[in-house]
Amino acid sequence: MLAESLVLSAVLFAIGVIGVLTRRNAIILFMCVELMLNAVNLSFVALSRLYGATGQVFVIFVMTVAAAEAAVGLAIIIAIFRHRQSVNLQNINLLRG
Amino acid sequence: MQPNAFEPLFYQFHFYLFSLIAIASAVLFVTRKSPVAAAMWLVNVMFCLAALYVLLDAQFVAAMQVLVYAGAIMVVFLFVVMLLNLGHPSELGADIRQGWGRLLAGFLALVMVAELFVLWRAPIRWQLTLPAAETASQPNATGGVIGAIAGPMFKEYLLAFELTSVLLLAAIIGAVVLGRKSGGADAR
Repeated sequence: MLAESLVLSAVLFAIGVIGVLTRRNAIILFMCVELMLNAVNLSFVALSRLYGATGQVFVIFVMTVAAAEAAVGLAIIIAIFRHRQSVNLQNINLLRG
Repeated sequence: MQPNAFEPLFYQFHFYLFSLIAIASAVLFVTRKSPVAAAMWLVNVMFCLAALYVLLDAQFVAAMQVLVYAGAIMVVFLFVVMLLNLGHPSELGADIRQGWGRLLAGFLALVMVAELFVLWRAPIRWQLTLPAAETASQPNATGGVIGAIAGPMFKEYLLAFELTSVLLLAAIIGAVVLGRKSGGADAR
């Protein structure tokens, strides 16, 4: 099942990339990043069957970092929403020249 | 354990079943307009991944997946969607890119999947890279499933563990500061 797991992981990661590139809603963008992190976790777990439990330790770390990232990222989105009344990335163009 | 060892049909059937559900849910997740529907499909993907973790002998990670990802993180996402009232039709307008953006995204995704298929077909000499026998699928007699993870986590990766706790503390403080109503630029 290792090869199948890695292929599924790659497909999920690619779907996450499609989401990041095609969506403009900042919150859905964040969810796509979570999907990509999940795909990477799947390959960690699949490979940990071969190489010992260290892969699962890294999965725990990735989950922790994902939780921290979600908390800070959503706080930033809320702060942006207060200024712009929108989370659409088209309306967040302060850095565009 | 050999990578292509014989697996019973029951096992294979459930593996492919959950894989297909995960991919279908992920596609639906990316294509939904409403953030709430997208979040629900993402939760479905995460449950399927938890089932796959159980099939891959990682029961503790599966439990963490359900508790932390499907439980905590997605609840935070849904809470923010509710707080900002994003289900409103005026917000849903130009969410999904058309034309060139979509083509570019599809092309990049195809390149990534093709790359992986090449890697999959390439001959990897497992015997050269395999360390000695210890695997996670055979939990040691004293620790069980969790002990197999807790051992390396609190011995070899203790520094990383402590740094992660500092990271979490920083994230909590950062989220509170950013989320305050009269904070940052507003106060001045």
